[in-house]
Amino acid sequence: MANGNYKTIMKDGLWDNNGVFSMLLGMCPSMAMTTSATNGFGMGLATAVVMAASSYLVAVFRNRITTEVRIPVYILIVAAMVTVVDLGMNAWMHELYKVLGLFIPLIVSNCLPLARLEAFAAKQPPFPAFLDGLFMGLGFTIALTVIGAVREIIGSGTLFADASLLLGPSFKAIELRLLPADMGVLMMILPPGGFIVTGLLVVGKRLLDLRAGKEIQMAGAHAV
Amino acid sequence: MATKNRLLCCFLVLTGFQTYWHRSCYVAIKPIRKPIMTTSQTTSDLPVASQAKMFRHGLILCLFCLGFGLLLAITDEITLDDINARAVEDKQSSLSQVLPDDIHDNNPVTDTLAMTNAEGKELTVYRARKNGQVTGVAYEIFGSGYAGEMKLMMGIDADGKLLGVRVLAHKETPGLGDKIEAKKGPWIERFTGLSVGNPPMERWKVKKDGGDFDQFAGATITPRAVLKAIRSGLEFFAENKTSLTKGD
Repeated sequence: MANGNYKTIMKDGLWDNNGVFSMLLGMCPSMAMTTSATNGFGMGLATAVVMAASSYLVAVFRNRITTEVRIPVYILIVAAMVTVVDLGMNAWMHELYKVLGLFIPLIVSNCLPLARLEAFAAKQPPFPAFLDGLFMGLGFTIALTVIGAVREIIGSGTLFADASLLLGPSFKAIELRLLPADMGVLMMILPPGGFIVTGLLVVGKRLLDLRAGKEIQMAGAHAV
Repeated sequence: MATKNRLLCCFLVLTGFQTYWHRSCYVAIKPIRKPIMTTSQTTSDLPVASQAKMFRHGLILCLFCLGFGLLLAITDEITLDDINARAVEDKQSSLSQVLPDDIHDNNPVTDTLAMTNAEGKELTVYRARKNGQVTGVAYEIFGSGYAGEMKLMMGIDADGKLLGVRVLAHKETPGLGDKIEAKKGPWIERFTGLSVGNPPMERWKVKKDGGDFDQFAGATITPRAVLKAIRSGLEFFAENKTSLTKGD
């Protein structure tokens, strides 16, 4: 990847090297938080904020952090950012916090931020690192929203249910009911549904890439 | 919450110091354990170099812990009041669903009574008063559902009539058992207005067990657990009626 090639960084984060669909990282929140599109979206956004902030900080301090202690320092930075987001959200975005609160601490255990810190932010100036964190996070958001949408449509017949809780009353209009309430396939909301949908979507993404004539990037093989 | 965060900050700072100290100790004893070390290289000048290096690693880690510990302490300080205010609001909104506004002129969140329920669990009872008279009380009741404990809030007026029941927390299957939540279905509202004799105690069961209340298709254990919790809540009220309603 060319240094400072911002467009590549963005495209990598959103599609080419997508955290979930290409690198298969961050599977814990991808399974646990995607019972609805709204939940996936919220979790993705919180992760994006944490990733952007921690990538930026690691890049700022990259010449101060020695290789030997880098992992504890990265975890410290991610954990501190998560706690700041957790407290801030609880205080000032309380409705959102009630929906996502339980899952914010899960971001620490998500290996996607750590992987990007190690592979990218540790070697790049602050701005590209910030961009990488942000767009990897947004790519993660897209992935979680799509997985959530598929599971929600098949599992409970709705799309973006409770979106107004997350985004405000003006988003009431995007809450859709696509199938009658009793038509849902329960398994899709339970953990197996998460694995099945994610697997099929990974296949789908690779088929699209193949059709576009791109090389398939193996999971995690694409280091910077 | 606040104490927990402060402890976390202290812990982080101490971890930093501890690492720093540990590294120094390790450096200090290292020359004594020289024979174990690799001898292939220029071992004679290695300890000095690595000593300085380890000292540096410890110092870096310590400084980062200090810095971020400080950041957390500051964030905690800034958000503390807001978070506490939100917690009170949450309590208020869950209480207002089971203690209607028109039966009280006090704030039930702050008018509490500590009790112990039949299972020996500590219970906080919230009292609604009008002109000093207790008009209703609300307390938490517990049931054991299909996938774990569930917590409900029950409001009951001074005569023992149910003002409302709401689920606060549960782990039931989404799409099946979660119809006990007020926002997912009207089932839980069925209980408002009922009391110990209405229906008779032996009919406080799901229809499948010969009672008066609907179960859900595919989920009987969940409503059964809710009913059991409400029954125990009603019994708790009957046993403690005088102390709950005397209002001092």
